Amino acid sequence: MDILIQIITSFIAAAGFGIIFNAPKESLWKCGFVGMIGWMTYFLLFTFGIGEIPATVTAAFLIAVISQFYARVYKAPIIIYIVSGIIPLVPGGTAYNAMRAFATNDYNTAVQFAAKAFLISGSIAMGIVLSEVINQLLKQSRLKRIG
Amino acid sequence: MEQYLEEQYDIMDVSLLAGKIMLESGAETYRVEDTMMRIAKNYGIKESHSYVTPTGIMFSIETEEPTKTKLIRISDRTTDLKKVMQVNSISRRIANGELDVQQAYRILKRIQVAEETYPLKIRIAAASISSGCFLMMFDGSWADFLPAMVIGGVGFASVVYFHDLILLKFFSEFMASLIIGLLAAISVLTGIGQELDKIIIGSVMPLVPGLLITNAVRDLIAGHFISGLSKGAEAFLTAFAIGSGIAVIVTFL
Repeated sequence: MDILIQIITSFIAAAGFGIIFNAPKESLWKCGFVGMIGWMTYFLLFTFGIGEIPATVTAAFLIAVISQFYARVYKAPIIIYIVSGIIPLVPGGTAYNAMRAFATNDYNTAVQFAAKAFLISGSIAMGIVLSEVINQLLKQSRLKRIG
Repeated sequence: MEQYLEEQYDIMDVSLLAGKIMLESGAETYRVEDTMMRIAKNYGIKESHSYVTPTGIMFSIETEEPTKTKLIRISDRTTDLKKVMQVNSISRRIANGELDVQQAYRILKRIQVAEETYPLKIRIAAASISSGCFLMMFDGSWADFLPAMVIGGVGFASVVYFHDLILLKFFSEFMASLIIGLLAAISVLTGIGQELDKIIIGSVMPLVPGLLITNAVRDLIAGHFISGLSKGAEAFLTAFAIGSGIAVIVTFL
């Protein structure tokens, strides 16, 4: 039941972000799907006790791979799909906790949360980089085969 | 000769217009450069160079004549992914030889002045529904769903409103997060909402600079350091504005 709620809400939230960013109407389903897959990967890995950072890297990687696939199939810029998928992973909660601790002069806790938020943002970047690398490798190998 | 020269300028204008629309609508820098050079190449310009930053585009083409360069300034950036997609497909059609210079220019002009895909009301509704959904994703309770929806919608609407009022992005984001924090505190104090933290996190999500962060990373990977760093700075500034708006409220609790 809990998982079902997560699936539905993450789909709607990602598609909603598609609307906020003025994505084309026909791409909203794909935006929602990408967001759902990304969030569920993160959520399930996190629930099974894998740390936040590897979970984020995996989720971001998967989001980027699916977006690249969509971009190629539908001949559209990848950014349309990747953005709505990445948004749920952005460490909003951790950043909020850090900021809240800063505001109440609890610097020890604040720095810990801030470092965590920074690392999570870094791992989102890491996931995107990884998928980009694989994309480039695939392109090169295809070129070699033709040439 | 005159005719030839004029055509060179027309090609330049088409490329620059395409680049301008893309950059103003939130495309990645490398995609803007790529599209502009592709368009020029497909119209028979052998060498073209472009330098794109978030605040301006420089573009020059080399012909037998002396090299011509143009610079345009980008002052206002919004997010309209549909326009990015449309310009992208125009570039594809040019590559297939379907459009001549005049036709391409006319279509691009039409794209430039086109309305946003969704009316503001629908975008506010989407922001508020997303806020509610984010609350549930972050382990909130159903009791807070409605407050988060309302507050998220009001927050997004106020960002748009203040941005129209004063052209200072930092200020509009600060005010919006201040309003979100205030409303969330009021809802908890009156007993409508339960968990202050969860409501604030959920309703702040539509303001989070997700597109900027993604673009900054992708630009940095592609080697566009100036654009990547300045987009990163912009994202950081937005995050800072949101954080300080909320911090004002949290301090008084």
